[in-house]
Amino acid sequence: MKLTKIALLCGLAALVPNLANADTLSEVIKKGTLNCGVSTGIPGFSATDSKGVWKGIDVDFCRAVASAVLGDGSKVKYIPLTAKERFTALQSGEIDVLARSSTWTATRDTSLGLNFAGVNYYDGQGFLISKKLGVSSAKELDGATFCIQAGTTSELNLTDYFKANKMEYKAVTYDTSGQTIDGFKKGRCDAVTSDASQLYGLKLKMDDPKSVMVLPEIISKEPLGPVVRQGDDTWFNIVKWTMYATLEAEELGVNAANVDKMLKSDNPSVKRLLGVSGKAGENLGLNADWAYQIVKNVGNYGESFDKHVGKDSPLNISRGLNNLWNNGGLMYSMPVR
Amino acid sequence: MATYSIKEAKAAPSSSKGIFFWLKENLFPDVKNSLLTLVGMYFVYLTIPPLLNWMIFDATWSGTQAEIVKEGARWIFIIEKFDQFMYGFYPEALHWRPNLVLFITFAFLASFKLVSNLKVKIAFMLLYPVVCFLLISGGWFGLETVETEKWGGLMLTLVVAAVGIIASFPLGIVLALGRQSDMPIVKTLCVGFIEFIRGVPLITILFMASVVLPLFFSDGIDFDKLLRALIGITLFQAAYIAEVVRGGLQAIPKGQYEAAKSLGLGYWQGMILIILPQALKISIPNLVGSFISLFKDTTLVLIIGLFDILAMVTLTNSDTSWLGYEIEGYVFVTLIYWVICFSMSQYSKAVERKFNTEH
Repeated sequence: MKLTKIALLCGLAALVPNLANADTLSEVIKKGTLNCGVSTGIPGFSATDSKGVWKGIDVDFCRAVASAVLGDGSKVKYIPLTAKERFTALQSGEIDVLARSSTWTATRDTSLGLNFAGVNYYDGQGFLISKKLGVSSAKELDGATFCIQAGTTSELNLTDYFKANKMEYKAVTYDTSGQTIDGFKKGRCDAVTSDASQLYGLKLKMDDPKSVMVLPEIISKEPLGPVVRQGDDTWFNIVKWTMYATLEAEELGVNAANVDKMLKSDNPSVKRLLGVSGKAGENLGLNADWAYQIVKNVGNYGESFDKHVGKDSPLNISRGLNNLWNNGGLMYSMPVR
Repeated sequence: MATYSIKEAKAAPSSSKGIFFWLKENLFPDVKNSLLTLVGMYFVYLTIPPLLNWMIFDATWSGTQAEIVKEGARWIFIIEKFDQFMYGFYPEALHWRPNLVLFITFAFLASFKLVSNLKVKIAFMLLYPVVCFLLISGGWFGLETVETEKWGGLMLTLVVAAVGIIASFPLGIVLALGRQSDMPIVKTLCVGFIEFIRGVPLITILFMASVVLPLFFSDGIDFDKLLRALIGITLFQAAYIAEVVRGGLQAIPKGQYEAAKSLGLGYWQGMILIILPQALKISIPNLVGSFISLFKDTTLVLIIGLFDILAMVTLTNSDTSWLGYEIEGYVFVTLIYWVICFSMSQYSKAVERKFNTEH
């Protein structure tokens, strides 16, 4: 009996996933590159341009971490991952940080051996409607027809929202997201619903993008953020403070163009951020100029947002919830002090 | 004595030749067939002209996005993204390396007919994959290393298909022979392997290879993702090849086995010289069939985040400056798949004709 038990235990031990070791920082420094998990193509977040170069706000986050740790935003190896394999790739140590528009939920944070290091995009379910409906708010959508992908959380959220507002909708159900959009394009329904960041991409795919609009209402919470392995607090801190540094830089008006001039600034907050005074870098286990490198190589959060999804990109998504806290948004950096 | 002079053959009567005769005979022989012809022609009229208009006459072949005014296909998207469709992220300056490999492949296929010496042929066959691999991946003879993360597009599709075909073929033959073996352990292992692999979908094997396997490796062993996928595909294909070859082996009359033995040939000699050449010859159509289906199955690697040519359609369509060109992308990829699969089936026909020894 004892023997069988031992054999069983050995078998189980062999099956327990071999979580990668704890010292990610020194490993990244040793390799000289950051392995960053990205998507296989999400417009504005991580996608390649015509030259095959990765671009997007998630990609910028990878570059920011590489700048902080290695002082060079180009030392990133992008590992494209599908939604199904993204967390395993992180658990197994194939990647050092995952920046793949992953929603921060309690289950993912607590049961996968992973930690979410912050939020780099507050997303949520929104509505794309054709302008001929003549409405300007989701509250006026009573009786509208929706193209819906069957069995998705979007469908559940939609039902909840309409029930809560005592409205009704008619549904035209499809199997895939492609068919759903096609249905909307062909006018089978008045509206489609999906994550707002996706809706702006869909809008551009319409034959006449001006005939449709995204409503301001957001009916669900989809905070997207970078993820690291649990159990390596040094690395967790670095990734977390990389996020904060980009926000703090925007708040203080430090950007890629003026960062060199800002080194001579008298503002104590700027001095602390850029490593002119204080020990933020040393405490993180990085060089004193870690945040300077981030802003110099990648720019602050606002620059990155505008370039890839905001006003300077074809997507033209408004800042909304992703604005700084003092501009009516939710982006708030803990003070670098 | 009557003499016979050979009469000149008369020309066929005008009622049984010419285009009108052909039309009457083939398209309008009676009322029912005439109706079918008309319906068919109407269908062709409905589909072909708009398709040609879309693909060719109304299509945009050059210029920038802002200049698109026509209703048809916007091929400028394909032109803009052509390198990515073909080579993935392979550095532009090194595109000559995959190009050279393609050239070597054609030269290899063409020269194979010319060389008759068996030893030279075998040496060719063993050298070819090594040379191709070294050229594409680099790291030797002063060639710059290109990591497999950068491989993509049609190049990746061809690499996956070629490795799957070349590596699974010998493995499949060995498995087929093992399955027919008299040795119980060998037989059980082979049957177990074949039936296990055939019992699971390829997609499961790929997921195992990409998601589950890495969890068991110890730290620091960075097992290449492409290599994992290649091993999975090779094992999968080998099981199917084994069954195809087994079919060929069973079609060989028992007399052939006995004849080999009575000539004093051992097991391997008999197999290599007598049985396999015959068995493989009858298996050619099925072998090529499964190679073609493997070629199309390679698109499944997109679910583990490898960018084959089909996955490139999605990726290139996520570029915020080029959104909404899926149709052009998919049509382009369809054409490429068709050309390659059709060539494979034509090549197999030629091989069949070459080996045809029936009288």
